[in-house]
Amino acid sequence: MPLVQIENVSKIYQTGEVEVKALSDINLSIEKSAFVSFVGPSGSGKTTMLNMIGCLDMPTWGKILVDGKQVDSFNRQKRAAFRGDVIGFIFQSFNLFPVLTAYENIEYPLVMIKNEPQEKRKEMILTVLDSVGMLNQKDKFPDQLSGGQKQRIAVARALITQPKLVMADEPTANLDKTSSINVIRLMREMKDKLGTTFIFSTHDPRIMEEAEITHTLVDGKLS
Amino acid sequence: MTRIFKIALRNLLRYKRRTLLTSLLITLGIVLVILFSGLAGSFKTMMIGQITDSNLSQMQIHKKGYVSSIDTMPLNLTLDTKRYKKIEQLLSSHSEISAWAPRIKLNAMLSNFTDTTNIRLNAISPEKEVLVCPDVGSRMTFAKNRDPGVLLNPGEVIIPEKLAKGMKLKIGDPIVLVANNKDGSVNGLNFTIAGIIESILGPQGKEGYMHIKDAQELLRMDKPEIIEVAIRLHDFDKLDNVYAAVSSKLAGVINKKGMPEFEIHTWDKLSPFSNIAKMIDFMTITMKIIMIAIVLISILNVMMMSVYERVREIGTMSAIGTSPGRIMSLFLAEGLLLGLISTIVGNVIGLSGIFLLNIYKISFAFGRQDNLLLAPSVNITELLWVSCIVLFISVFASLQPAYKASRMEPVDALGHV
Repeated sequence: MPLVQIENVSKIYQTGEVEVKALSDINLSIEKSAFVSFVGPSGSGKTTMLNMIGCLDMPTWGKILVDGKQVDSFNRQKRAAFRGDVIGFIFQSFNLFPVLTAYENIEYPLVMIKNEPQEKRKEMILTVLDSVGMLNQKDKFPDQLSGGQKQRIAVARALITQPKLVMADEPTANLDKTSSINVIRLMREMKDKLGTTFIFSTHDPRIMEEAEITHTLVDGKLS
Repeated sequence: MTRIFKIALRNLLRYKRRTLLTSLLITLGIVLVILFSGLAGSFKTMMIGQITDSNLSQMQIHKKGYVSSIDTMPLNLTLDTKRYKKIEQLLSSHSEISAWAPRIKLNAMLSNFTDTTNIRLNAISPEKEVLVCPDVGSRMTFAKNRDPGVLLNPGEVIIPEKLAKGMKLKIGDPIVLVANNKDGSVNGLNFTIAGIIESILGPQGKEGYMHIKDAQELLRMDKPEIIEVAIRLHDFDKLDNVYAAVSSKLAGVINKKGMPEFEIHTWDKLSPFSNIAKMIDFMTITMKIIMIAIVLISILNVMMMSVYERVREIGTMSAIGTSPGRIMSLFLAEGLLLGLISTIVGNVIGLSGIFLLNIYKISFAFGRQDNLLLAPSVNITELLWVSCIVLFISVFASLQPAYKASRMEPVDALGHV
């Protein structure tokens, strides 16, 4: 059974009196432990596609199943809980909490979402920090870290709850070449190590090359 | 919960200047309320104490209709011995009442054998009066060689300071008092001035004093009669409860016409200062309302700014699975902490201010009284109330911004620029 199954999904945004069709009749399956990229020009629907799979947005029509659950029927509360349990997120602008240290940023989902006990938390965080090579930077605040380091912490935060799926919308867009390759390889490494499914979007041809499966979107349609 | 407060505190410190300014504003409001309540409360307590302890007493019982009579000091509404005994019996059964004293109030003409003037007199039983009004003697000036334990002997009067100056009278001078009794006949007696009394607030504050037996003789009362019974309680704070209890018992004493025989009034129904006291209470409440408005507007403004500036952050929280309730509690904790910090600082500064005002006492003049010293105090219950109100308003003011934050759709919030 695929981890993500999308059936006849369309998404229409209403901007004033203008209707914008962001996704049109998409059918797609993504297997567990896959490393999948969505590529396409700006406005092709990559972010909308990731938002749908990540339960951040709902389709106008169609059905989305993630981990066997029909997520398009969930209410806000249930979607939030589902995201906390099943999905991790990596953002283009890192989106680390500026008032928390690297350690505390990774700890955040464990405290605020999972309610894990302190001892278990510490062990989990130190392990993941070690995995992303950021153990010695754990007490630094985000503004004391470079872009690549911030994204490594973001990867660690996304993985700390051991999600089945990690969504990454243009995770390397704000990074230099070396950092971009390092971050994408780190994601790949984590996928191999933990069996987590990674779905990301990108413009960068060198990053596309790292993906096992690449889906191209043009004008909201898979080509 | 600890983590929520830790994050909330760090977020407050993230915008140091804004937090400091808001906190200062709330602190200032709290300090003003504490100082104003302390000073106004102290003034009110001092004036009430002065009025009740040195002249008026805390409660008074009269024959029904005395207080509302069109005459200022009617002599036809007296209480005879039988009625006074009945009142004594009733008062002695109440454990909260510490003392009572009979009085006769009368108008008279005072002559120094050259000039004549009017005088309002309070005829008292000195031994009982000092139990009801323990500070009555503190306003009086006597001859230096007089026994300090003796307030008033038969044949003596104590006259108001202003009258003594106007009539050029001094202690030891002889005078004549002439009064009409309730039947209209006139009588005059010779007296010696035993002391001079300072004026205090209210019409009763300008009365002279004489012995109750002299008044009964001057008014040619065949049998002893009195006009009022002054009452003092062990605990002034229980005034309303005791008043209600005694009042209901007195209501049961009816005359031959089936009407209540007596009436009872607390000090505030007898002194014009009660209106000033009410005004002080009103101003204190106004100060509190202003403080509440300051807290409400300040915190609402800060929290709305905070939510507006952190839309993407809220989107991130929501995206990674933080429940709407948790997001709401984060912002409520920020508002609560801001209120709590301001309350603690405000209380410390306010209490320090009260402490300093007690060291460097404020001297002021009120009416015809000079050099009144204010020693402000703080009522702990009041302080707790003020603190609780500030905390409650802090949370209340944060509710709308916190709710707004919790209702944000992550996809919209993450896309916010």
